[in-house]
Amino acid sequence: MPDLSAMRFSQSHEWVKREGDAATVGISEYAQSQLGDVIYLELPKVDQALEVGGRLGVIESVKAASDLYSPVAGQVSEVNQELKDHPEYVNQDPYGKGWIIKLRGVKDNPALLDQKAYDAFVQGQSGS
Amino acid sequence: MVVTAQRTPLYDEHVRLGAQMTNFSGWVMPLQYSSIREEHRAVREAVGLFDLSHMGELSVTDEHLAQRVVSRDLAKLRTGHAQYAMLCNERGGIIDDVLVYSMADGSHFLVVNAGNQDSDFDWVRSRAPSPLVGEGRGGGSRELVLNVGRDWALLGVQGPHAVALVQRLSDQDLSALRYYAFVEGKVAGVAAIISRTGYTGEDGFEIFCANRDAPGLWRTLLEEGDGDGIRPAGLGARDTLRLEAGLRLYGNDMDADTNPLEAGLDWTLSLDNDFIGRDAILRAREQGLTRVLAGLRMLDRSIPRHGYPVVNGAERVGVVTSGNVSFTLGYNIAMAYLPPALATVGARLGVDVRGTVAPAEVVALPFYKRPRPQ
Repeated sequence: MPDLSAMRFSQSHEWVKREGDAATVGISEYAQSQLGDVIYLELPKVDQALEVGGRLGVIESVKAASDLYSPVAGQVSEVNQELKDHPEYVNQDPYGKGWIIKLRGVKDNPALLDQKAYDAFVQGQSGS
Repeated sequence: MVVTAQRTPLYDEHVRLGAQMTNFSGWVMPLQYSSIREEHRAVREAVGLFDLSHMGELSVTDEHLAQRVVSRDLAKLRTGHAQYAMLCNERGGIIDDVLVYSMADGSHFLVVNAGNQDSDFDWVRSRAPSPLVGEGRGGGSRELVLNVGRDWALLGVQGPHAVALVQRLSDQDLSALRYYAFVEGKVAGVAAIISRTGYTGEDGFEIFCANRDAPGLWRTLLEEGDGDGIRPAGLGARDTLRLEAGLRLYGNDMDADTNPLEAGLDWTLSLDNDFIGRDAILRAREQGLTRVLAGLRMLDRSIPRHGYPVVNGAERVGVVTSGNVSFTLGYNIAMAYLPPALATVGARLGVDVRGTVAPAEVVALPFYKRPRPQ
């Protein structure tokens, strides 16, 4: 299991890992397990500006197409080209080689959850 | 009103296997156990095990009634054989697609879609002559139509290793059982109807048994099938498998406003027989069809989905009814209703995927055909 302590999570199940004013964004383990087999991602263009909660793309699993939302504001600096041929990386390694985009000029979003708070949030969503 | 999702007798097995459950037509069913992709592959390359107990079954003991509601000539259906057929309304619309089994006692057993079992029952009964009971064999009375879906469990064993697996567990010679034939016998000691049918495009069986026997049969098949590469497979894989095989899904690809000609199901119609809906279907044929179901192959990586518009240039010409990735073929596929003039193999069209037109080409159905045994 990767170290998730440096990651922050949105309630729409994206994670973000900050490194200075740059950041990497992906979806959580819970999100990939709920989506099931990922087969296609529609990703933004490099340099596109994203707001907090702005639509950054679409992730398609066998079951459905779902919107992805940016957990922080910033500018797209890179998209994970590997996912074109290997969308299954999102399932296999959502916190590693299944990362989705990188951002620069990232602004803090204090509303994000740390791992513990996110886990509790997921429990509340799935536990019934 | 509180609607409680119904459970099949295999519910506990699915939970034990860690399945992700979903609500389907009022039933709580396994969507996937591990991965739709892996379950799909197991069925194409080895063998998959499906719980199909949500499917409905009607027993029609009156031959004239069965003949009146079913689109095929049942006089030609021999005992011990099954056929795919339509139930149509008076307008020629498809009420349901069914498998009709010709039973040894002269009755017909209709396997119907889960969500339609009660409405099908009401509908068939409403077409029955009154009174609803006739004279049974030996003088007793009998119901003309019985709604027995909840008394039967149904397991699908599908894939290239299915025949060998079920044969090892059965007292019947299954190699002699032809496609769309069935036999009553035992599987793993359980009394069953063993039917060489399926909804995946692969060889295999659908096995009917009593609810109480289903969990034991399920477990035995999984244990005995371990060496055959068996995997339990959920509704997710069932959908991607049937789509590749060009098999229509009721409610998606056809409904009460679709006639069988539009759905490309002419071959399920015995138009010399006076079944309900026949006259309307003949009229529709005479007037000419305005749309037909066709196959599309996507030329980029976009995923076509139910409801997406099909376009020809700037003009909207049709609609996708089913679409997804084809794991077996390695590209994305769809079924769509198109004007007959455009439904020609090789025609270039587009699918409007969330506002972006993705290129597609009309291809023949089915998308996938299993390699025939030598």
